[in-house]
Amino acid sequence: MFELLKSSFAINALLAGLVVGFLGSFYGTFIVQRRMSFLGDGLAHVAFGGVALGLLLQAEPFWIAIPFTIIVAVAITYLKEKTNIEIDTAIGIFFAVSVALGVLFISLNKHYISDAFSYLFGSILLVSSEDLIYSYFLAIITIAVSIFFWRRWTYATFDSELARIDNIKVDFDNYLLSILIALSIVVSVKLVGIFLVASFLVIPSATAKLVSKTFSQMTILSILLGIVSSEIGIIISILFDLPTGATIILFQSTIFTLMLFFHKIINK
Amino acid sequence: MNEIAIDIKNLSVHFGKFCALGKITFSLTSSEFLTIIGPNGGGKTTLIKTILGLIEPSEGTVKVFGRNPKDVPFREIGYVPQIKTIDRTFPAKVFEVVATGLTGKWQFHFSKDIRQQVHKVLEFCGLENLENRQINRLSGGELQRVFLARSIIRRPRLLLLDEPATGIDTIAETDFSKILENLQKEFQTTIVMVTHDWEYAFYHSTTVMLLNKTIIAFGAPKKIFTEDNLQKTFGHIGHEHNLEFTIEKNV
Repeated sequence: MFELLKSSFAINALLAGLVVGFLGSFYGTFIVQRRMSFLGDGLAHVAFGGVALGLLLQAEPFWIAIPFTIIVAVAITYLKEKTNIEIDTAIGIFFAVSVALGVLFISLNKHYISDAFSYLFGSILLVSSEDLIYSYFLAIITIAVSIFFWRRWTYATFDSELARIDNIKVDFDNYLLSILIALSIVVSVKLVGIFLVASFLVIPSATAKLVSKTFSQMTILSILLGIVSSEIGIIISILFDLPTGATIILFQSTIFTLMLFFHKIINK
Repeated sequence: MNEIAIDIKNLSVHFGKFCALGKITFSLTSSEFLTIIGPNGGGKTTLIKTILGLIEPSEGTVKVFGRNPKDVPFREIGYVPQIKTIDRTFPAKVFEVVATGLTGKWQFHFSKDIRQQVHKVLEFCGLENLENRQINRLSGGELQRVFLARSIIRRPRLLLLDEPATGIDTIAETDFSKILENLQKEFQTTIVMVTHDWEYAFYHSTTVMLLNKTIIAFGAPKKIFTEDNLQKTFGHIGHEHNLEFTIEKNV
């Protein structure tokens, strides 16, 4: 049974899990602390609209979904910053419009569209080397950008007004963060599917927040939980022939529940 | 002659068709302690945020130490926000919050020098025992002092405080005003404070501004607290306010 783990598809899946676990749990700390958990779900569904457009245009869906999702992420940030529309309302509007567009594009498509469904549920066990290269390229960009922006993003997450007073370009930083979250979601959607990607952004960070005393601790713990839970989830799914995305998320939510339980006991 | 800390000429701030502030003109010399008093919705916070450069004037000019607020180096201005606006769910310890006042960014790693400076300012504010406490475990008064420590660690030339006494008990308020007194004595900081506490304004500030979208009165506390001025500012004088202390002192 363990021989399966040495196969190339398993190695690719584990490598993909590593990057998806890292990206989701890193950005998740900002998403959870800024109370924007709905953003992950919303942008994943926006990515679906982009994928459907790519399929209609007979182009590589991944490359159409990226600009499509980034434009919407920027538009959501713009509405949040410059109008009195609440962020959940802005996300809700784009979420619905993107799904409607996705359905419309699929219905207009005369070609074979099974690819669209692989994006809905993801296919981490069918990850190609090309997908891995894109994902790792993005992860490297993220790490590089984060070295410069983590302190600013964190300060603005704590209090955007104080950050502005201290001459931090909060608007620019928010747009940059939204673009990188959108990119991460598109990469992750291909691997874990539209329905499940939001949990990668929320559960590890929410779990880390329960037991962290500082935001730095929360960030490190969230990344560790994101990566470890993805890897263990993938191994369990391969060994017991279970759906991978669902196994990872159920494993993550089990850790969350245990942490919540211990947190309640310790703080009694 | 003292330097002009704040110079505002013909300032108006509009949000769409709503006029938050109109025709505000005043200047404040350095080392003064100005309290701003006015009814809710009277534009007090808007004025503070305009001085901070967070809100753009619709008309008029705002100069802080002779420059546009956004051009003033961040270390020259300290700001204590209303504590009700602070996100207490953010996982942070007291020393991390105070250190942002020094560095203008969130720190991942704290050098020995930063630690020492944070410790020193916490001592100044009587918070040395709370250095490693999480902010969600602080009382309102303690959190208020943490934010005061955060703003004075940079030794600002101008300190702006937005209703710092709201939601804290009398003892905490006394501690707070002692720190401000010491700060003025030691560093001659110019202080601008929004408050609802008339008595505090009367006894502690050098200048009082009565504000209700425009300046109703501006000057030394003894001249400002008259029944007529307060009526113009608030429309009426509530029974809860003990005017006697001001009127008697005036007389």
